[in-house]
Amino acid sequence: MAHASRNHLLAGGVPRYSRSAMYRRKALYKRKKVKVDPKQKKSVHFKVKPVKGDKNGEKRVVPTKKTRRSYPTEDNPRRIHSRKVVRPQKLRASLAPGCVLILLAGSHMGKRVVFLKQLPSGQLLVTGPFCVNGVPLRRVNQAYVIATKTKIDISEVQLPEALGDGYFKRKAQPKKSSGGESEIFQDSEQKYSVSEQRKEDQKKVDSQLVPLIKTTPHMRQYLRSKFTLRKGQYPHMMVF
Amino acid sequence: MVFSRLVEIGRVALINEGPDRGKLCVIVDVVDQRKALVDGPCSGVARQAIGFGKLYLLDFKIRIPHSARRKTIVKAYEKMDIGKKWEQSAWAKKLVAKAKKASITDFERFKVKCLKQQRARVLNKKFKELKKAQAVQS
Repeated sequence: MAHASRNHLLAGGVPRYSRSAMYRRKALYKRKKVKVDPKQKKSVHFKVKPVKGDKNGEKRVVPTKKTRRSYPTEDNPRRIHSRKVVRPQKLRASLAPGCVLILLAGSHMGKRVVFLKQLPSGQLLVTGPFCVNGVPLRRVNQAYVIATKTKIDISEVQLPEALGDGYFKRKAQPKKSSGGESEIFQDSEQKYSVSEQRKEDQKKVDSQLVPLIKTTPHMRQYLRSKFTLRKGQYPHMMVF
Repeated sequence: MVFSRLVEIGRVALINEGPDRGKLCVIVDVVDQRKALVDGPCSGVARQAIGFGKLYLLDFKIRIPHSARRKTIVKAYEKMDIGKKWEQSAWAKKLVAKAKKASITDFERFKVKCLKQQRARVLNKKFKELKKAQAVQS
């Protein structure tokens, strides 16, 4: 690993340390220049290649490195490499597995759901549970969610292993062949139908969650109800 | 209309604005037409000049000489047990209830709504019965 510069510039563009001082600081007296073996240094610029054919002279002298076929007319500036690093999305402090969330967008807007875990993509895995309020095992972005202070203890709940980002990712629809007549008569969109796998996994999760919900009085009705704002209710003044 | 709560030495007041909001203090002296010297050693209020606009006068009064020291105020305050009297007053209880209402969680809000509905159902049922009975009578 290279050290940062042991020298720096003072005001006026004058280096702090002189050449000899830098020699000392970099401990160049300890570093010996490695002598390159003159035999190794030789780089071969031309190759002799055999050529077929009677009248072609048996060989050609060919350069090892070919010159460029074309050179650009303008000098393009070098692209600066982005230093952005993709990091896992930070989970809000108010979010913890087992928390009841209020969904703020999407088809299940206003519904209260149980937060199960954060997936590697950063999205939250939630479920109604489905038998309580119709929200299936689903991914949700934490930006579109209000975390309430209500928690259910789901430490004992075991989620199916398959539940990951790949499980929920939308399957790309197969491209239709460009045939005139068949396209007109076909449905433009294939309707989504729930797979048996999903139903099974949903049942597994629900069967574990429902007894936990039943332990707290009113919790089931709470999850069945939708969140609405009434007169005099201001979200910035409310505690969730 | 006679005013019963007057600005006077020893009048206990509730601070309504500023960092000491919600705390009790005692009017120790009057600075000018707009400001009073106020102190609340038993409620964590520093001795300071406060505008009258920031105070709500209460029904309590303690006997202290003007510009009394903190020690004297504490003695008189505790002798009359102002702290306890305040907590038992309807005003203080309402403030507590208001603070509680503002801090309920979403789940508690839901439960309150359910209870209100239950109560409304009971009341309406009884009301309709009474109304029916009255209609029958007349």
